Amino acid sequence: MRFGIFLLKRLLHSVFVLLGLSILIFIIARVMPGDPARAALGPRAPEWAVQRVRESMYLDKPLYAQYYYWLRDALHGDFGESLVTRRDVSTDVKEFLPATMELALFSGVIMAVFGILLGAISARYSNTWVDNVVRVGSYVGVCTPSFVFAVLFLLAFGYVLHILPSIGRLSPGVTKPPVITGMIIFDGLITGNFHAVGDTLWHLIMPGVALALGGMSQEARITRSAMSDNLKKDYIAAERAQGIPERVINLRYLLRPSLIPTVSILGLDFAALLANAFIVELIFNWPGVSRYGINAMLSKDLNAIIAVIMVMGVVFIIMNIIVDIVVTFLDPRIRLGAERSK
Amino acid sequence: MTRNSQPTFWSRKREGFGRGWYKFSRNPLSLVGLSLVLLIAFLAVFAPFVSPYPRHAGVFVNFAEASQPPSLRHLFGTDVFGRDILSRIFFGFRFSLMMGVVVLALVVPPGVILGLTAGYFKGSWIDTVIMRFTDVFLAVPPLILALAICSVLPPNIFNAMMAVSLMWWPWYCRLVYGLSSSLRNEFFVEAAELTGASRFHILFKEVLPNCVSPIFTKISLDMGWVILIGATLSFVGLGVQPPKPGLGTMVADGRIYMPDQWWITVFPALAIMFVVLGFNLLGDGLRDLFAVEEV
Repeated sequence: MRFGIFLLKRLLHSVFVLLGLSILIFIIARVMPGDPARAALGPRAPEWAVQRVRESMYLDKPLYAQYYYWLRDALHGDFGESLVTRRDVSTDVKEFLPATMELALFSGVIMAVFGILLGAISARYSNTWVDNVVRVGSYVGVCTPSFVFAVLFLLAFGYVLHILPSIGRLSPGVTKPPVITGMIIFDGLITGNFHAVGDTLWHLIMPGVALALGGMSQEARITRSAMSDNLKKDYIAAERAQGIPERVINLRYLLRPSLIPTVSILGLDFAALLANAFIVELIFNWPGVSRYGINAMLSKDLNAIIAVIMVMGVVFIIMNIIVDIVVTFLDPRIRLGAERSK
Repeated sequence: MTRNSQPTFWSRKREGFGRGWYKFSRNPLSLVGLSLVLLIAFLAVFAPFVSPYPRHAGVFVNFAEASQPPSLRHLFGTDVFGRDILSRIFFGFRFSLMMGVVVLALVVPPGVILGLTAGYFKGSWIDTVIMRFTDVFLAVPPLILALAICSVLPPNIFNAMMAVSLMWWPWYCRLVYGLSSSLRNEFFVEAAELTGASRFHILFKEVLPNCVSPIFTKISLDMGWVILIGATLSFVGLGVQPPKPGLGTMVADGRIYMPDQWWITVFPALAIMFVVLGFNLLGDGLRDLFAVEEV
């Protein structure tokens, strides 16, 4: 019951935030110097054609009316036409989003699993050489932009060692499974096309790891510090004194409460991952919505820019709600509905 | 003020610089961070004097020495125009530091003032308006919106700084909001209210001094992050424009010459890493020194 109210409040809040975000990005797109209609058609288009585009984009109306019309269309799933692909932006987004989700999920899983694992190992064997390696490594990982990782990986594994494919999502000649979810791994598993699944995983390694390393290092550091703080607490000593096996203590009584800060920061790390996907997809030519978005930005394709940012906002908000739910599950002390400290 | 058990920035200051320094210097990593930051700042400020080929920072062509691998003459090699990479990296530090300093100088005052006010008036309409407004900016990672803003403006470092600033103040607002909303229940704030102190006095003389150490720690850590975002913007061509030697710009320029001329890309990439690493180590040192947990 309480949980339902909490979820409802979060959802209402999210709707409000998305509305605000749409106003913000709409203003950014519209205050741009120059005429979007002229930019869409190019300098040599006849004036009557430009005028027609202006009317179709409601550019002749005042700003609040433009926003009203844009919002009305957007709620019907119509984000206008992309001036680069000449197709509906919503069609483009639908086509490109699954590839990004595939990459982000793959990367997010690596980030969470290995980050927590390394942090836990580091805390368990603190002040040994294992711990030192993890700590130094995670420092470097946090401080390195993912595009630097991407470029260095490309050099090392793609060009020099030639062991990993450097570009794209599927090797030429591999049949793409029919689109069900749009994510090749799931589609391939459903239709039994395991060759495509393996090939996509192979292609995912470099961009996925390049994206994951920053967040993974962050997770490792936070898990380590939370675990070593909790390790000093009296209740752990009490459990040891009672003769509870070390394994049980580590997994049930030490790891679980130590994951609360880790999971809380996971949302932020996943957001950073999605942001960095814009650059990494560009480098690895990954056919996702982020590459579509950054190309839209580089060619001033306004309708596409607005749509991609709104999609990112929605993904980010869903992610945050999931994180909140997981944290409440991990920590019964956090009162539902009460404001979280961070 | 004495009721507050947490040592504040100013009480530390009274404790004496020497003692603070002693505590700070006990941690070797903080010292490494400080040295890195000082070294980078020195190289950036005195780039025209310390770099081996100062003229190579801008438009310069010398095809006789183009695409040289690292050697004693050119420690980090030369790019396709024959420009010394090491010299260009020194000049690149200038853009990185400028990015960090300007953005944070623009971002911290409004963020802090809004956060202070919202936190002090927690529960009132002022809090609601400011914090819901902040939420909108926090809804999407700063890099994505900064990219979007940069893309609709003419690409240059000034616009990149404006775009990042526009996306960065909410983090300070949220940090100070948390501090200020818990500080307003402290006795010294109530005492000031009872003696009839003005709102201005309470906010800036009672509450703000107790927020200073987290703010400073965050500034130090954020220098690294802002520089990193700046490099990313430059990498996609929306920041420092060639022939100016931005670190991200240099990484991007070298990409097409990989893998044969790897040094054009790899050394600027490592330079970005070192800048961010320096500020992060320094920030972590300050966090331990001030015993700050919020950042």
